[in-house]
Amino acid sequence: MLTSHQVALVRHGLILLATIVLFAAFASFARAETVLLNVSYDPTRELYRDLNAAFAADWKARTGETVTIRTSHGGSGKQARSVIDGLDAAVVTLALAADIDAIAAVTGKIPANWQSRLPHNSAPYTSTIVFVVRKGNPKGIRDWDDLARPGLQVVTPNPRTSGGARWNYLAAWGYALTKSGGDEAEARTFLTALFRNVPVLDTGARGATVTFSQRGIGDVLVAWENEAFLTLKEFGEDKFEIVVPSLSILAEPPVALVDGNVDARGTRQVAQAYLAFLYTPAAQAIIARHFYRPVKPEAAAPADLARLPKLELFTIDGLFGGWAKAQKEHFDDGGVFDQIMKAARP
Amino acid sequence: MSDTVLPAPAREGRGRRVTTEGAGARLALALAALSFLALFLVLPLVVVFVEAFKGGIGTYLSAFDDPDAQAAIRLTLTVAAIAVPLNLVFGVAAAWAIAKFAFAGKSLLVTLIDLPFSVSPVVSGLVYVLLFGAQGLFGPFLKAHGIEVIFALPGIVLATVFVTFPFVARELIPLMQEQGTADEEAALSLGASGLRTFLTVTLPNIRWGLFYGVLLCNARAMGEFGAVSVVSGHIRGLTNTMPLHVEILYNEYNFIAAFAVASLLALLALVTLAAKSVLEWRYGDALSGRGAH
Repeated sequence: MLTSHQVALVRHGLILLATIVLFAAFASFARAETVLLNVSYDPTRELYRDLNAAFAADWKARTGETVTIRTSHGGSGKQARSVIDGLDAAVVTLALAADIDAIAAVTGKIPANWQSRLPHNSAPYTSTIVFVVRKGNPKGIRDWDDLARPGLQVVTPNPRTSGGARWNYLAAWGYALTKSGGDEAEARTFLTALFRNVPVLDTGARGATVTFSQRGIGDVLVAWENEAFLTLKEFGEDKFEIVVPSLSILAEPPVALVDGNVDARGTRQVAQAYLAFLYTPAAQAIIARHFYRPVKPEAAAPADLARLPKLELFTIDGLFGGWAKAQKEHFDDGGVFDQIMKAARP
Repeated sequence: MSDTVLPAPAREGRGRRVTTEGAGARLALALAALSFLALFLVLPLVVVFVEAFKGGIGTYLSAFDDPDAQAAIRLTLTVAAIAVPLNLVFGVAAAWAIAKFAFAGKSLLVTLIDLPFSVSPVVSGLVYVLLFGAQGLFGPFLKAHGIEVIFALPGIVLATVFVTFPFVARELIPLMQEQGTADEEAALSLGASGLRTFLTVTLPNIRWGLFYGVLLCNARAMGEFGAVSVVSGHIRGLTNTMPLHVEILYNEYNFIAAFAVASLLALLALVTLAAKSVLEWRYGDALSGRGAH
């Protein structure tokens, strides 16, 4: 039996508990400084950590105001879905234009002409798609054709959720199309053979890199050039090497202001400054340091540029008629990618 | 406990063999069970700590210097501090209603309480996105009133409450059913109020079961990944809980820090386990409903 003293103790305990809960609930809302949320794709974690610090310092020096940039990373398609579902992004820096188009179309928070609002199709950096193989290249992988060889394991993420994966897919398609002189049936056969070799489709590019490098699955990783270099940097050049194919795609990961969100928050000015900052020489030098291709190479350290291989690149506009068309034809429900997966896994 | 301590009655047949298998068969069974446990439970747990301390204690501790890690720990504690008391109140209320009263739809309520156990956490997360997301059922209303649910603390708390719903109630229902209503009826007939009856009669009877339920509920609330991952939005330093932070660190090749944060979660599991063992050893009778009252 409890005495009345014990009853009082229980009462006090309950009051204390309620106080803690209320305090905890309110403490997390009490934030004063300007905060921008940058919703980005998977491999830009290290890049934006440096860019955000540089911008915050620059903004402080110019205006005296403190700004905190928060980031969220994941597969590009998945991230776009989160922004559509209400993730309060001030800016989106995704892997490809189609994902930003989707946000614009569904939410109306971004104007349809967003891509013409910033220089270079709103892409402050570009990249391309290359291969990472295990040291010594034991399977002798030289070019795209080798990826369709029976018995080989190819690691690439899921084009449904990952932007990098869609670039990978289109790079392979473009290669096959160019090589066959424009024969779509041949490209389809090649992609089917390639995807038959894919044991696992991760949701994002980083997940695929970890699958290949840390879990040791697969003979070749099809990856962003920047992600490939980062893998070598993290795990050592004695474990992996990069194979540059004869032909690849010019990948343009674009950035955009989410007008609907910044106007609701009153952060339009600083968010615009943040995107403009990406084109400054200081930011372009950071971009090159992280193995991306700066749109203003003159601002980058020559040594950073020299590391990037020179290879022939085709563009999505030239070969596929732009992202809107490529997205609809290849990646929508029942599109070419779905048909290929069906054929690859009967 | 104010009761006189009685000597434990000698149990008949203790240690007497009730099976007919030989010593060899019993040994083989025990060995199989133990090696299974070692392989699938103990070894992974050991690996977490080995990996976490790979770079020495300094590197281990420096993992917690990261403001994002601290924010993740703070968020996890905040979420548990809200979700666990909510489910404590709900669990006691539900168990009280089910065990002490007869009403129509009782079995339906019991089934509903178990629902979070049978639904995949990812689905529970997605349901909240479909309800409270910008394109969801209540999305326009919430937006019009400036209320953030998904990709913010309320959404994470909701998902956690959903997933940890059954723990306290499930622990209490059999216990309270076993204890019956005689004690409460006696208290009420002596003129005690409903609240006083609950505080002085029911609560002392169920306190260890309740404590155990809260422990389990807390462990799950802090460790939940799937449902929280769907509603979090993964904003660093803001909506990443400890399990989500572990995934991020791992994906950034920061393996030691990932395992260091994971070791905190593992430690939580070990403390829960130890507390459970102590409870069962010390208050086994009260837990199983054969209490002195």
